[in-house]
Amino acid sequence: MPVSQANSRLLYQAMKGCGVRIVSALPESWLVPVIGLIAADAEMKLVQVAKEEEGVGISAGAHFAGVKSAMIIPNHGFLAAINPIVSLAHLYKIPLLMFIAYRGTFGDPYPWHTPGGTVTEPLLRTLRIPYEFLDAPDTLECRVRGALRLAEASLLPVALLLKHELMMEA
Amino acid sequence: MQRKECLRAVYPQLEQSLVVTIMGAVAVELQGLGHRPNFFYLQHAMGLASSLGLGLALGLPEQKVVVLDGDGSLLMNLGTLSTMARSAPRNLVHVVFDNRSYLSAGNSPTATAAGADLEGIARASGIPRTASARSVEEFRAAFLGALDRGQLTTLVAHVDTSGPSDWLTDLGLLENRFQFARHCRSLVHR
Repeated sequence: MPVSQANSRLLYQAMKGCGVRIVSALPESWLVPVIGLIAADAEMKLVQVAKEEEGVGISAGAHFAGVKSAMIIPNHGFLAAINPIVSLAHLYKIPLLMFIAYRGTFGDPYPWHTPGGTVTEPLLRTLRIPYEFLDAPDTLECRVRGALRLAEASLLPVALLLKHELMMEA
Repeated sequence: MQRKECLRAVYPQLEQSLVVTIMGAVAVELQGLGHRPNFFYLQHAMGLASSLGLGLALGLPEQKVVVLDGDGSLLMNLGTLSTMARSAPRNLVHVVFDNRSYLSAGNSPTATAAGADLEGIARASGIPRTASARSVEEFRAAFLGALDRGQLTTLVAHVDTSGPSDWLTDLGLLENRFQFARHCRSLVHR
């Protein structure tokens, strides 16, 4: 089952349309096309990190610079970034726009993703991180715009969970 | 070599840069020399001062950004070196004060006390320019050279394992954060 090139492009266009200019990313298979589109865009700066927690620091620096940024990570990367989300973003009121590949849920054939899939939403709720699903092309842009607006208004991390039905070809 | 003497030796240049420090001794000692709106002290999130400096340097390419890191913090996020090297912003100087100790967390030895070589790790990670210093004069010359050269540099300063008697200052974390952000944004409109 291939990754949806069309919806990856919509995701990239929504991010760029909202003014996002610095993106930190750590790829996994669902995220490769959208990361490729950002890498090819001379008006955007892609920072390929070695571990997802670096992205929290990069977004904090970008925010201080007045530049809109985003993180593109798998949900196991969100787990890896929890300490800086709490000890940097929450402590210092830093807006984060996190695009999280929601692996390990219905439709995912790979069992190693399941534990992360099971705890992703409970952890987002425990951390009081507002989140919404990206699951269909027609609501994608509106939700991305709304997520960024909330992050910047509240100075808090927000998450968009990229679902299987959006990211994979039917 | 005392870290505080190194900071004093380059304080006039720090005043002209955007400065991001780690928690602990370096934050207290820089504030002791005089706080400025262009100084941000990352009082937690160990390891991420360099990541924050990278985001800042990419967002404000016309400004000089100086990160004042430490051995314990950098050891927690060694991947930052290869990440910085991939972007290699020309306006970023990464200083590592290596005192071989988690000083503010109870003074236990770090891996550099057992021989880990942070300058070597930085070089092998692809940082285009690295240096180390064992005297204040060496430090000052290497730091000024890095600022002038306009090439991503990691400068490891080997300092004594000593620091202030207290880790708290009267500068509020959010006060520092909003003042710093306002200062950074004021530079964009000039």
